[in-house]
Amino acid sequence: MTSSSRQPVEIATRPPTTDAQETPSCEDAGLSRRHFLERLGAIGVAGALAGTGVLEAASGHKAGAVTTAAAQATGASSKPAHQWCMVIDLRYCNGCKVCTAACQEAHYLHKDQTWMHVFTMTNASGNTYHMPRPCMMCEDPPCVQVCPVKANFRTDEGLVLVNQSRCIGTRICMNACPYQARYFNWGPAKSAPRQPFPQEPEWPVPQVEGTVGKCIFCAAMLPMGKIPECVSNCPMDALYMGDLTTDVAVNASGQVVKLSEFLAANDAVKFKESYGTHPRVYYILGHDQDLENDEGAG
Amino acid sequence: MMREQVDAMETGTSTTMTSRTLEKSIGTAYDGVDPVPPREDIREAAMRPVLETGKWWWTAVITLGVVVIAGIVAWVMQLRDGLGAAGYNNQAFWAIYEADLVAFIGVTYGGAVVSAVLRLSKARWRAPLTRIAEATALVTLPIGMMFIVPHLGEAPRIWELVWPPYWNLSSPILWDFFAVSTYLLATVVFFYLPLIPDLKITLERLSAGPDNLKTRTCKKLYTVVGGNWIGSIPQRRVLQGALGLISIMIIPMAVSVHSVLSFAFSSSSRAGYLETIFPVLFVVGALYSGVALVIVMAAAFRKGYRLERYITEKHFVRLGFILIALGATYLYLTFTEYLVDGYSGTIGNAAWVRQTIMGRYWIPFWFFVVGAGLLPLVILAFRRTRNVKGIATASAIILLAMWVKRLVIVIPPATEPLVKSPLNVASANWGTFHFTWIPITITLAATAAIPLLLLVVFKFFPILPVADMEEMAAEAEGLEEDLSTLSVMASTGNSPSGDRKEIMHANA
Ligand code: SF4
Ligand code: SF4
Ligand code: SF4
Repeated sequence: MTSSSRQPVEIATRPPTTDAQETPSCEDAGLSRRHFLERLGAIGVAGALAGTGVLEAASGHKAGAVTTAAAQATGASSKPAHQWCMVIDLRYCNGCKVCTAACQEAHYLHKDQTWMHVFTMTNASGNTYHMPRPCMMCEDPPCVQVCPVKANFRTDEGLVLVNQSRCIGTRICMNACPYQARYFNWGPAKSAPRQPFPQEPEWPVPQVEGTVGKCIFCAAMLPMGKIPECVSNCPMDALYMGDLTTDVAVNASGQVVKLSEFLAANDAVKFKESYGTHPRVYYILGHDQDLENDEGAG
Repeated sequence: MMREQVDAMETGTSTTMTSRTLEKSIGTAYDGVDPVPPREDIREAAMRPVLETGKWWWTAVITLGVVVIAGIVAWVMQLRDGLGAAGYNNQAFWAIYEADLVAFIGVTYGGAVVSAVLRLSKARWRAPLTRIAEATALVTLPIGMMFIVPHLGEAPRIWELVWPPYWNLSSPILWDFFAVSTYLLATVVFFYLPLIPDLKITLERLSAGPDNLKTRTCKKLYTVVGGNWIGSIPQRRVLQGALGLISIMIIPMAVSVHSVLSFAFSSSSRAGYLETIFPVLFVVGALYSGVALVIVMAAAFRKGYRLERYITEKHFVRLGFILIALGATYLYLTFTEYLVDGYSGTIGNAAWVRQTIMGRYWIPFWFFVVGAGLLPLVILAFRRTRNVKGIATASAIILLAMWVKRLVIVIPPATEPLVKSPLNVASANWGTFHFTWIPITITLAATAAIPLLLLVVFKFFPILPVADMEEMAAEAEGLEEDLSTLSVMASTGNSPSGDRKEIMHANA
């Protein structure tokens, strides 16, 4: 298991925890339907906040008083309540790039900053298919390891984030990320109206010139019971936001699946697993679709 | 020994001896007086840059200064407009500044390592070259380190690199930072130690001249940094010991700097960067371009200050042979890298090798092969071109070609798309670095800063290592005398003087 070799990630406001133990086993498969729906409701479609309190207790990393207070109110201990992940069903993605646009609109990004980038791929018979690529939220993220000033960190809910008020812009993380998931602010950042949150790793709006940005799994929205912009806007329901702890995933239409079963049933794969990054984004491939799994470079 | 040293310091002020011979000095050597006879001709030549400021000096300094100022202006523009103005984009996230960083820190190697190796191997011929070589290392290293600044997206936050609470010790960039800082310290010491005896001599020279502001400043400076050097045998022993030690230490230090610099690239999963050969390739490349720079600088200053008598064509030919060896090694390492990566045929590796050799990057790649590989070999192979002019020209071409090679190392893997169709790699979307005037001006400014700073350095310090050369000269004379004594001895059956042998030993 890689978790033991993983270096601890410094988190400013919370005692360090190891996330690996929290990754759920898929043992509680015999869930009752009612129970299941209760949990699904918690994730809900954009803004629909059901009453189970799963999401309110989320993301204790947020320095913001609201979420920290919420976490305390629901008695969340040092054990993180969630382990976020994403499922991308390539069978349904039609390459419309609504996800990219929604993300850019929400985070005030320039057109070249495609935190969710939709790649056009070619299959054996010469036809094209589409591969959306957010940040993989690697369990063993090389981007975190190479940063000289600890501007990258991983929360114990499995979110890899960038502290843009720390980043000095060496771009060695852009070199280290095997998924090309990092985007730099090469010039003045796109201006944004006054935000409800201060500029922070969970809500890096507006971006900071001269620093690196990337998909953040919409970290600031998760505690409010909202699923990420890309997921909630995908017209094809190709994207699912998932939680490994509660073992559920939900898409734009509010369809909820039991994560472990859904992944198993559809032979979900991870991208470039041979790199040892342990991504937390799962891809479901259709007939004749493939991911590049180059056996390392070297 | 202590007593002698104290004596030496007390009598230190009266060492203006003019025509001594080695024989005469034996008696006084242990009383704390410089045992090596001075050589007026060497002193005059070495002090030329310090004492005379010709019109060409001002022309050169002003011209180079203008280029440097243009570079600073370019950097200010970049600070205003962001790194994008330097041609960077998300698919060419590393390019020219990173190549500059490697290239400019690399050229310090010629001065540092070559001089150290020649010192350790006791190569006598090195003596007239060492000051120029060590001064080149001294000035190019800060220039190379300077490239960290425009390379950063948030340059004003550079202080975070020296702020220990922020240090992430698993980052290769931090290793670079530590390695380069140590190396900088070593380079300064390596320049300073052989200079100590010369400071005394410079001081004497300056005192003889007019008493103006420059003389007074220099006097103060030399008294502070020169210490109480009088050139007695105990002092010489200590200095030789220290020089030997730093010569040994600076080699692994220099090697570590470029190895660690290569880790910033090779400790990633990126095809074309993840190369176990990189540390070796970087070190050899640095030596290669470093020797070339020493040759170019030596040729220029030799001409400018009429040092032909001391820095002879032989020096260039010998350095030229070192160039051939290093150049051939570098080509060989590059060849193995490309062959293995190209042959293995994994998607990422095959793509960058193909693009470099015959795709979008073929022009710079083949420019490197010709400019840093074939052309210098040809120039150095023929006796007709193997002269100062030819070797200096070859070196200048090597410097340019090696800079281009650093671009070829940095840019193709950075621009290679990491998400591509396994079944249609050719359709993948490569990034492009757009050269703009900003980084080119900054690079030119850094290049101009090398001769500029050297011109300034030699305004204050002698361009030839006087003490070292005088020792060599004395040794050479002593050797001749030894030989003649030997022949006398052979005919008469007497044994040679033991005293002198001891002196020889101390001087060696
Ligand atoms: S919005 Fe959905 S269908 Fe459109 S490109 Fe993104 S993932 Fe694919
Ligand atoms: S996908 Fe890239 S940016 Fe995201 S966590 Fe992994 S290495 Fe870091
Ligand atoms: S999860 Fe959020 S930040 Fe990431 S790609 Fe989707 S919308 Fe953008």
